[in-house]
Amino acid sequence: MSEVPAKKKRKFELDPKLAGYKGVWVFVEHEQGQVHPVSWELMGEGRKLADMLGVELAGVVLGAPGEQSRQFCNEAMFHGADLCYLMADDILKDYRNEPFTKGMTDLVNAYQPEILLLGATTQGRDLAGSVATTLQTGLTADCTALTIDPDNRSMAATRPTFGGSLLCTIVTLNYRPQMATVRSRVMAMTERDASRSGRVIEHPLGMIESSIITKVLEYIPDAMQDKPQLAFADIIVSGGRGMKKPENFQLIWDLAKVLGAEVGASRPVVQAGWVDLERQVGQSGKTVRPKLYIAAGISGAIQHRVGMDASDCIIAINNDPNAPIFDYATYGIVGNAMTILPALTEAFRQKLAAVKKAG
Amino acid sequence: MHIVVCIKQVPDSAQIRVHPVTNTIMRQGVPAIINPYDLFALEEALRLKDKYGGTVTVITMGPPQAEAALRKALSFGADDAILITDRAFAGADTLATSFALASAIRQIQKNMPVDMVFTGKQTIDGDTAQVGPGVAKRLDMQLLTYVSKIVSVKAEASEIVVERRAEGGVQLLKTSLPCLVTVLEGNNQMRFASMPNMFRAARHPLKVWDKDAAGIEDITKIGLKGSPTVVSKVFAPTPKSERAEMIEVESGDPRDVAITVLSKMFTRFPVVEKEIAKRA
Ligand SMILES: Cc1cc2nc3c(=O)[nH]c(=O)nc-3n(C[C@H](O)[C@H](O)[C@H](O)COP(=O)(O)OP(=O)(O)OC[C@H]3O[C@@H](n4cnc5c(N)ncnc54)[C@H](O)[C@@H]3O)c2cc1C
Repeated sequence: MSEVPAKKKRKFELDPKLAGYKGVWVFVEHEQGQVHPVSWELMGEGRKLADMLGVELAGVVLGAPGEQSRQFCNEAMFHGADLCYLMADDILKDYRNEPFTKGMTDLVNAYQPEILLLGATTQGRDLAGSVATTLQTGLTADCTALTIDPDNRSMAATRPTFGGSLLCTIVTLNYRPQMATVRSRVMAMTERDASRSGRVIEHPLGMIESSIITKVLEYIPDAMQDKPQLAFADIIVSGGRGMKKPENFQLIWDLAKVLGAEVGASRPVVQAGWVDLERQVGQSGKTVRPKLYIAAGISGAIQHRVGMDASDCIIAINNDPNAPIFDYATYGIVGNAMTILPALTEAFRQKLAAVKKAG
Repeated sequence: MHIVVCIKQVPDSAQIRVHPVTNTIMRQGVPAIINPYDLFALEEALRLKDKYGGTVTVITMGPPQAEAALRKALSFGADDAILITDRAFAGADTLATSFALASAIRQIQKNMPVDMVFTGKQTIDGDTAQVGPGVAKRLDMQLLTYVSKIVSVKAEASEIVVERRAEGGVQLLKTSLPCLVTVLEGNNQMRFASMPNMFRAARHPLKVWDKDAAGIEDITKIGLKGSPTVVSKVFAPTPKSERAEMIEVESGDPRDVAITVLSKMFTRFPVVEKEIAKRA
């Protein structure tokens, strides 16, 4: 890792006024009765940070009064939290910027965490920007790694910059809390441990519905049946520009079908309209972490890599022995994807037949 | 109806290269473009103007060269353009940027009330998606992020209905003007510049505001001073310690290649074998 002579490391003492800020918080995001998995991924990351600092890890649940919000608090403990802050009010049933911003900033001002983590989702980014501005503190978006600088106990947040060509590490000096968002699937999911428990601290929202300007008229769920679930797929077969023609892309679908895999793609393939935007893997697409990722005709540009290099095993097929993807794939096959893919499809088919026969 | 569109001039990141030895960004020769996401915001504003009448003002904070981005926006049909530029803005993070933009918008409001502020979803160089929410908060405007569709605007009633992208669906939201909208990509396409607009854009007297003209008194809120976040280091991604194991077979037959890679993989990654066996 070569370092650019960026800014000199600043010597710095935390303002004593800020020394009272203690603990790591994770915003537990939910929509339509479901917690977004990124919250639990963050809980695992938050646990590590809290342990490094020797402080407590808390979940923050804002939602409607009742069993469900309580259950979200329990789940937060199961995923590693020591305690959970709960703000339950009918106003918080659906996400809206104004009441959630007030709720979160009130909680921060009342209980003073040093770190606040949110998912880099449409909800988390909406909320994080408003909360950070209200609190006048630093926020680092779309982080790929978080750690604690042992010298000054501040959080060092690493994120891609310049379209992913470089990484930069960002710190928030004399401001608290230190806020960061992380995209879904960037951090590993934690094990759920239903024997864990913790205390729940309730805090009122203190708003009335008539004072809130924005109203949710309706929620229209996406048609789930045809929406690819790339982010959580265990096996993904992806094709790139090297597939040459949309007709050749059928070879990707064929292999995916045999493997019960999702189909992914690099950006040029999506831009050419061969597959849906939902299938784009990479910096401006989805982050995935399957057990097996097969990449055919993909050069492996950094913007693609950041979306998939947490895969357990990567098989790359490319006719150029110097393609960058071979620098980080697990297995490399130099050859024509149009002949290798059908051979792989056949080999997997035989494997499956053998497994079936063996029972 | 008066819509202010915030745009940013960015290096065309598709053309950015990192110097292989020094790991610094090679900006030379990289063209500067309007942040592609902002074009969706500008086009949406121009469509509302076509439909309801009104004025579209584009603003940008940036170096003097950012003038080119504003002239481009004028050529697409924006009515007025303001360049907010001052050495004191250098080093601004999202908090300091939203402060400067919000101050400038307040100045604009003194001459003509602003009904809506539009921004792109995010930029392609910073990628934070935070400036829009920050500006809304500072102006105490209602915030509508990731808007995929503007369903209706009733200026007399100060009311707007939009579709907002959520994680698993779309929220249909109603709110009051003034509001700030961050426009999602892909739902419109920037029009072509018309000949008359191109001529107008070339001659249009651009307003150039320094920090004073933008109404900024407190210089601790802008630039590096007003930025809580500090870049502590910049580095190239670590090359993975090991390169791929290359699968080579003597026969050169793709079938042998396939069988070889499978058997190697199943030995080293039992989880993959298990996963595949599940599908039998
Ligand atoms: C801001 C920004 C965001 C981006 N976001 C993303 C993103 O989210 N996802 C993404 O993927 N990209 C993204 N990109 C684009 C990225 O930089 C690359 O341009 C892109 O990933 C390249 O796609 P590709 O590998 O399919 O095409 P190419 O780079 O053109 O590679 C094609 C490969 O196919 C090989 N090939 C050719 N013929 C054959 C054959 N017969 N058999 C086998 N191999 C063959 C070639 O050797 C080559 O390596 C982004 C870029 C920018 C600037």
